[in-house]
Amino acid sequence: MDFDVNMLSNLLYAMVRTGTPLLLIALGEMVCEKSGVLNLGQEGMLLMEAVAGFIAALTSGSLIIGVLAAILVGILMSLLFGLIAINLNANQVATGLALTIFGIGLSAFVGSSYVGQPLKGFEPINMGGLTDIPVIGKMLFGQDALVYLSFLLFLGVYWFFRWSRAGLVVKAVGENPHAAEAIGLPVIKTRYLAVMFGGGMAGLAGAYLSLAYTPMWVEGMSAGKGWIGLALVVFASWQTGRVLFGAYLFGLMSILNLVVQGLGFNISANLLNILPYLATIVVLVFLSMNQQRIKMYAPASLGKPFHRSR
Amino acid sequence: MIKLQPRREPSELMVYISPILAGILTLMTGAILFAVLGYNSFTALYTFLVAPIQDSQGISELLVKASPILMCAIGLAVAYRANVWNIGAEGQLLMGALVGSAVALQFPDSESKSTLILVLISGVLAGMAWAGIAAFLKTKFNTNEILTTIMLNYIALNLLQYAVHGPLKDPDGYSFPESAPFSAGATLPTLLEDGRVHIGFALAVIAVLIIWFLVSKSFLGFQMKVMGMDERAAKFAGYPEKKLTWLVLLISGGLAGLAGVCEVTGPIGQLVPNVSPGYGYAAIIVAFLGRLHPVGILIASLLMALIYLGGELAQIKLGTPAALTLLFQGMLLFYLLACDVLIRYQLIKVPHSSTQAQGAN
Repeated sequence: MDFDVNMLSNLLYAMVRTGTPLLLIALGEMVCEKSGVLNLGQEGMLLMEAVAGFIAALTSGSLIIGVLAAILVGILMSLLFGLIAINLNANQVATGLALTIFGIGLSAFVGSSYVGQPLKGFEPINMGGLTDIPVIGKMLFGQDALVYLSFLLFLGVYWFFRWSRAGLVVKAVGENPHAAEAIGLPVIKTRYLAVMFGGGMAGLAGAYLSLAYTPMWVEGMSAGKGWIGLALVVFASWQTGRVLFGAYLFGLMSILNLVVQGLGFNISANLLNILPYLATIVVLVFLSMNQQRIKMYAPASLGKPFHRSR
Repeated sequence: MIKLQPRREPSELMVYISPILAGILTLMTGAILFAVLGYNSFTALYTFLVAPIQDSQGISELLVKASPILMCAIGLAVAYRANVWNIGAEGQLLMGALVGSAVALQFPDSESKSTLILVLISGVLAGMAWAGIAAFLKTKFNTNEILTTIMLNYIALNLLQYAVHGPLKDPDGYSFPESAPFSAGATLPTLLEDGRVHIGFALAVIAVLIIWFLVSKSFLGFQMKVMGMDERAAKFAGYPEKKLTWLVLLISGGLAGLAGVCEVTGPIGQLVPNVSPGYGYAAIIVAFLGRLHPVGILIASLLMALIYLGGELAQIKLGTPAALTLLFQGMLLFYLLACDVLIRYQLIKVPHSSTQAQGAN
């Protein structure tokens, strides 16, 4: 098969689709990390919310209820994390890992009787002739509602950190919680809200996976996307614009196997599946080579519990 | 009203009570869960925790299951003590199984046990190499080892899938994605006449002893501990930080590799797509549950093996979902973290009036 305009258009379309869950997770996690909290539980949250969204949508017959249920479960999971990591000051790394292991187990348990059940997921929204614009038409105007929502949320987060006072509060709490507390900013409350936002975004990402991307439930269907989303935040140096760029770059990486097969190369799918993970490592290496840079951009109190007494 | 108050000193006692408390809470939640699902809680818990180990064969199966978990967990504990977050035991285990199998399949007719030694060593080296990648990236480029080891897990899993569907697939095996069965020379001997307990369990126990010596009796272990507790102090003392990072990752990777190669040469006897039902992840829980201490880990790995066995038995006898095992594992770790709060805090009873006074303060 030749590489033509039509294929390029499809590729860009698939890139945005695949990048969307990564974008949602990374935006949520970035807000969370900006407030100084490192939540490594994304992978487990993603699975819990994918299964919750799927079951809710299947039993209620409404995709909207599915999405809302996923967001709700996401927020509940993040509250569980917040309780242990923020209130009780437990190690954030260990708590996040626990959340992941717990989420993998609970989602597999809850979803065991729903595996492989069919569901009619989100369909692309018809935007008339706009979809026919060559190359970028399908990418920008042929997507489903959740993808457009992710565009809006991206703009929202961008605005939040660029122009809003609340964004400044989050950053202050993440940079120096003690100074923030001293000038009367509510450190614990801010961190809770940031973590809950992360949970809600992971909820959307989970709903996107099980209701739009592949409308079904399979155990472990997130296949590491939660972790890639975490790596993406580092990749983006905690800057909103770069999160968008990185999400689509990683999205592209994940569908390269389709391209390679489309071009007629005969390489094992299992080997091609390695690409996104390998790319994540390579990108992380490139970024972490310059520690000065990481130190400059990373929230100064990231991962450190906040004790009011000190 | 009950309130959490910071302790002046972390409680030594709670360090040991917390895992037991977590176990009891998991058990209670399990009982409620079974009741909600419509099972008789008592029968279900009995099937889960007692029935699997009622006879000598059950005990033997318990040790078979505990071996890989123990090997992985004891290695992880060494890394976690040094504050190196190796989450990649699963991938290191799979690479040990994969490379060990590749070597074992080169000797299809071997009767000699020297083959086995070669196979075991190659498995260990593969695990070390896989963890070594993370060590190299961390020491050379400061790359976060949590993310690299996780990514390497996914890569190892895909490599294994590729191998069983491709180069290592048994040409006479119809269309099953499996390797040919290993020769007698590349198979682990069993420890006892009856049962499936193999030399691997003995190797795991030896590993526990060596690691116990390393962490609590050697200067190297002391350096690791200091590095884990306070990186700056280790730097000031002039401890070789990079060398220690390499060392803990190679130890944990090598032991996970050994676990993997023992699985394929022992109970399984060939390379299959699902070598490990998440032993590498379960080992993370075991390491924490065992308080990163060799003896604690030995006990915790037996408990974890029991959860695996119980899950299988309950699946057969009561028809519970297979994911129940995973759920119990996750619950256990969560309860443990929550109970660990009591190491640094204590529950105190405060009369209502005094809380208000504090609030006004």
